[in-house]
Amino acid sequence: MTRIVRRRYLALKVDSAEAPDSRAVSDAVWGAVLGLFGEIGASQAGLYMVGSDKEKSYVLLRCSHKALPMVRAAVASITKVGGKPAAVHVLRVSGTLKALRAKTVSTQ
Amino acid sequence: MKFVDMHLCVPWDSLELARRLIAKSVELGYSQIGVPLPLNVKDEAVSRLRQVSDELRSDFVTRLDLAPRGPGELLAGLRRFRRSFEVVSVFCGSKAVARQAAKDRRVDLLCFPSFSPWKGFFDRGEAELASVSGASLEVDLARVLSNLEVNSNVGFLSRLRREVTTAKSFSVPVVFSSGASEPLLLRKPHDYAALALLLDVDASRALKALSENPAKIVERNRLKQSPDYVAPGVRLVREAGKR
Repeated sequence: MTRIVRRRYLALKVDSAEAPDSRAVSDAVWGAVLGLFGEIGASQAGLYMVGSDKEKSYVLLRCSHKALPMVRAAVASITKVGGKPAAVHVLRVSGTLKALRAKTVSTQ
Repeated sequence: MKFVDMHLCVPWDSLELARRLIAKSVELGYSQIGVPLPLNVKDEAVSRLRQVSDELRSDFVTRLDLAPRGPGELLAGLRRFRRSFEVVSVFCGSKAVARQAAKDRRVDLLCFPSFSPWKGFFDRGEAELASVSGASLEVDLARVLSNLEVNSNVGFLSRLRREVTTAKSFSVPVVFSSGASEPLLLRKPHDYAALALLLDVDASRALKALSENPAKIVERNRLKQSPDYVAPGVRLVREAGKR
């Protein structure tokens, strides 16, 4: 029997002087996970950029549910995005993308 | 849960930046903020900051950061200023200062320098003294963030982890504070709790270090500073002859 991979979806809010593009945010998250937990950690995290909204400067990210604490720590440690000072805050975490989108829209 | 940022480096001379920092702190979910004030601060400046804080619905806590060169200077500072501030933190730059600060009941928070990553003064002896006097170990998470940035984090993280583990084994409360001087170094309490994973602190303990532990210090000191306080465990309830 195939075991279903449990995932977590995170809505991230980027706080910086100018709205960065999603590629820069993705690179910053990958860089933070690699820097803190190494290649093994990054390979276990199962990171994937699901989508973004540049206007509202939030990004949707997917990771393995086991790697959630690791990803949250890495996200909190980000101080620069695209070479510019920034902070990335986790807005919401959810088990499904549908629920995350609904919750994020309701809080925005 | 009520979150406390015990160390928000608000510039007391620039009201605009102070307002931005306090507003950001409130937006991120902190309801009580500890602001370090210099010894020569004027009452007007403090009342202006308090007013800004009240407008933003944040509880303002006055804090004194002492950085003495020796135990004598520490004792003199405590004798002179303890009653004027709600929270007193001591920056332990030498072992002698660290030992004196850990055994003094008037000290609330012990901070240790980050310039020497491998050598720390918070060892088992220090923890034992702090557990008796009731002092807490303070970890500024902005310093962790800045150290991660400059990529010299291995020794620093190792030392912090060792200190936090020692504090846990001697039941010394740990207080996580931001130590932020700019809004981009501030994080939400749950993000800081996630960052505490790097120090081998689980989420529930980390949240306690961001809420319950600092709130207890403020509550205890406010009680001591109230006119009804007589001695530890003794409080004036009603004066004789008065109803």
